[in-house]
Amino acid sequence: MLVLITYDVSTVSSAGQRRLRRVSKVCQNYGQRVQNSVFECVVDAAQFATLKLKLMDIIDPDQDSLRFYQLGNNYKNKVEHIGVKESLDLEGPLIL
Amino acid sequence: MKKLLNTLFITQPDVYLSLDGDNVVLLKEQEKLGRLPLHNLESIVAFGYTGASPAFMGYCADRNISLVFLTMSGRFLARVIGASKGNVVLRKKQYLLSENESLSAKIARNFIVGKIFNHKWMIERMTRDYPLRLNVDQFKEVSQHLSSIMMDVRVCEDLERLRGLEGQAAVSYNALLDQMILQQKEHFHFRIRSRRPPLDNVNAMLSLAYTLLANDTASALEAVGLDAYVGFLHRDRPGRASLALDVMEELRGIYADKFVLTLINKKIVNHEDFLHKENGAVIMTDEARKKFLAAWQNKKQEKITHPYLGEKISWGLVPYAQALLLARHLRNDLDEYPPFLWK
Repeated sequence: MLVLITYDVSTVSSAGQRRLRRVSKVCQNYGQRVQNSVFECVVDAAQFATLKLKLMDIIDPDQDSLRFYQLGNNYKNKVEHIGVKESLDLEGPLIL
Repeated sequence: MKKLLNTLFITQPDVYLSLDGDNVVLLKEQEKLGRLPLHNLESIVAFGYTGASPAFMGYCADRNISLVFLTMSGRFLARVIGASKGNVVLRKKQYLLSENESLSAKIARNFIVGKIFNHKWMIERMTRDYPLRLNVDQFKEVSQHLSSIMMDVRVCEDLERLRGLEGQAAVSYNALLDQMILQQKEHFHFRIRSRRPPLDNVNAMLSLAYTLLANDTASALEAVGLDAYVGFLHRDRPGRASLALDVMEELRGIYADKFVLTLINKKIVNHEDFLHKENGAVIMTDEARKKFLAAWQNKKQEKITHPYLGEKISWGLVPYAQALLLARHLRNDLDEYPPFLWK
């Protein structure tokens, strides 16, 4: 299934900047960055659960926020892209 | 059943693969081409003398992602395999059986039964679909001939004789392959199988299809804990994945040949997609290879019902399912290896 992850991490303190870097690093391991602070991840239920736990470990719930949008398995007609930097279709033929 | 993940094909000769976290990063002259999370990938096939970092190879070996290097023309160069894991007992049983000629023959004949059955089915299907465009009498004759060979194969307990029967069946099937090409006759014809190098358009495509299929099969066998290099029909030879070639026999016609025929008959490829070298070798252009791989990948995603397991799986998982069944037979959970009989 496709999960869209967006986050807001407060960067006023150096600890916040550290959290931001760690969040983006974890997200990168599971999916591709489609915009700043927005990731698309093709994961199964187990991978999604681990990802969520990892992220919850990093953030500070008093200052930061995380949002998960689950788009299911038939996500292809739910996503429309306009403009630059189109994302790769991870389940179609990958030929570079 | 396991989920079929995607395959990444790299068709440019100067891309370097490196690891970053759980991502593969594609570098071209120090510039980032892209990054992909590796948990979506089942295998990576690189054409040309592409490099990969040792850390990346280690990661792939560790997670059972098959990493294969081919030359630009699609000839096999190398495959990255990690430490042998899984079942020692199973592998020892495999070695033991492969040492014994008559026991090997009992397994090997099932591969051949599968192969001939599938060829026969292809022929029958063609006569049914295009009765006016083919020499139906000849097709029926070959089909009957294959049936009679199949009877002999089923009781054959001698490897040499088995190879002879297989050869006979292959000759009569190959004689019809040219007629199965229905479109673009002026540029695509099949006379004889030629390889190293392939000498015509059809052989160029067959070679690439067989290479891809052999790699898929070898990784499937490794995944279930078998040794892809110790075969029953194909004897041991250094550097040859004999068991992969064994299991592949039954899939050659139905998977690879049929795929190539479809590309020609649906005009997905045309004669401009091939380059003719001075030494007579025919290779596919870079653009053509991309089309070929995209179509191959789409074929792998198609769902079928496995004739023996009765489960819905994708075409790409068929080698894996067969490897699983073979492992079960070697463990004595199944009395015989059930070939993939596709109808």
